[in-house]
Amino acid sequence: MGSAAPRSASLLLLLLLLLLLRAEQPGGAELTFELPDNAKQCFHEEVEQGVKFSLDYQVITGGHYDVDCYVEDPQGNTIYRETKKQYDSFTYRAEVKGVYQFCFSNEFSTFSHKTVYFDFQVGDEPPILPDMGNRVTALTQMESACVTIHEALKTVIDSQTHYRLREAQDRARAEDLNSRVSYWSIGETIALFVVSFSQVLLLKSFFTEKRPISRAVHS
Amino acid sequence: MAGVGLGPLRTMGRQALLLLALCATGARGLYFHIGETEKRCFIEEIPDETMVIGNYRTQMWDKQKEVFLPSTPGLGMHVEVKDPDGKVVLSRQYGSEGRFTFTSHTPGDHQICLHSNSTRMALFAGGKLRVHLDIQVGEHANNYPEIAAKDKLTELQLRARQLLDQVEQIQKEQDYQRYREERFRLTSESTNQRVLWWSIAQTVILILTGIWQMRHLKSFFEAKKLV
Repeated sequence: MGSAAPRSASLLLLLLLLLLLRAEQPGGAELTFELPDNAKQCFHEEVEQGVKFSLDYQVITGGHYDVDCYVEDPQGNTIYRETKKQYDSFTYRAEVKGVYQFCFSNEFSTFSHKTVYFDFQVGDEPPILPDMGNRVTALTQMESACVTIHEALKTVIDSQTHYRLREAQDRARAEDLNSRVSYWSIGETIALFVVSFSQVLLLKSFFTEKRPISRAVHS
Repeated sequence: MAGVGLGPLRTMGRQALLLLALCATGARGLYFHIGETEKRCFIEEIPDETMVIGNYRTQMWDKQKEVFLPSTPGLGMHVEVKDPDGKVVLSRQYGSEGRFTFTSHTPGDHQICLHSNSTRMALFAGGKLRVHLDIQVGEHANNYPEIAAKDKLTELQLRARQLLDQVEQIQKEQDYQRYREERFRLTSESTNQRVLWWSIAQTVILILTGIWQMRHLKSFFEAKKLV
């Protein structure tokens, strides 16, 4: 009980610090959602003043793989607007504290629903232990090596994500092509039969109703 | 770290309650609006054996005060998660605030759908719901302070653990990439085969139909004594 009390107390304090720090800015979201045709979907996030945020988005499946996107600041001014973009990246330093909203619109399309991926990052990545953030001394060589590796691995994971999205897009197109080949081939065969039967029937009808005029026969 | 809880157990219990209350403020960050019976689905393309943790918090629109109420008891959200084969992995009703977790057993597109299942439909009529959502996948789902406390790791060891987790996630993603590429290759080869066989089949059908037409017409004209 004697040694357990201070240890669990320090654990509680640690968790408390963590929760308080979570109340501060760093954060972000990476989501993939479906956008039906003629629809618009908006997301909102509260950003503190002076914090830099970035929005990356990409259309994965659907139609011509394009979407409209706009970002508005808390006062309603449009700080970014693009139409029919396949993918883009937007960075901005928030001048005003408040709720920023970004919307994706598929209102120009009448029948294709789209799948959109976006990655909204606010501020810097939080340290994994709360008290890592407020160090007094410089990092040791081991620690700075760890930081370097961590940043490099984050780049690797990011490029893997982009590669995965591209591959998903290509694969969707390939599967679409695969099923289209089947349907069109079956359709063409049926059309072929229909046309050849009606050709024969039509020719026969020419020669059964009235007396033959010429002896030339088209085949 | 000063010995804050060195007093009696009661003080620690109160602290724990305070922490629980702070925990109950739930996920912050990104939010969106959802209608009454609207279903909102998100897709996560993940390799297998990957853990996904989702936190959400809902707020209801108060029509009289024209503001979102901070917390609303009685609101429920139904969370449904489907794996790439369409099988339901998780289908549960949570309260107005909740946390759902699942681990993928097949690689691919998992679909996470949320829709509200409010018990207070009368108040809700024509209103909207604000949903705060946070989904963490794989390595991001790890709670490092908890791991540090459980395994008693130093700061450096914890950093190394984080790097190990990241590398593991990269490896899993690469395995998944191999699997996807194989699927892509199978689809392309299938298209190739289909184009080849259908072209041959259509040419054969065309020739046979032509032959049939000529023979049929020839016998028709012979019968009509035109030839």
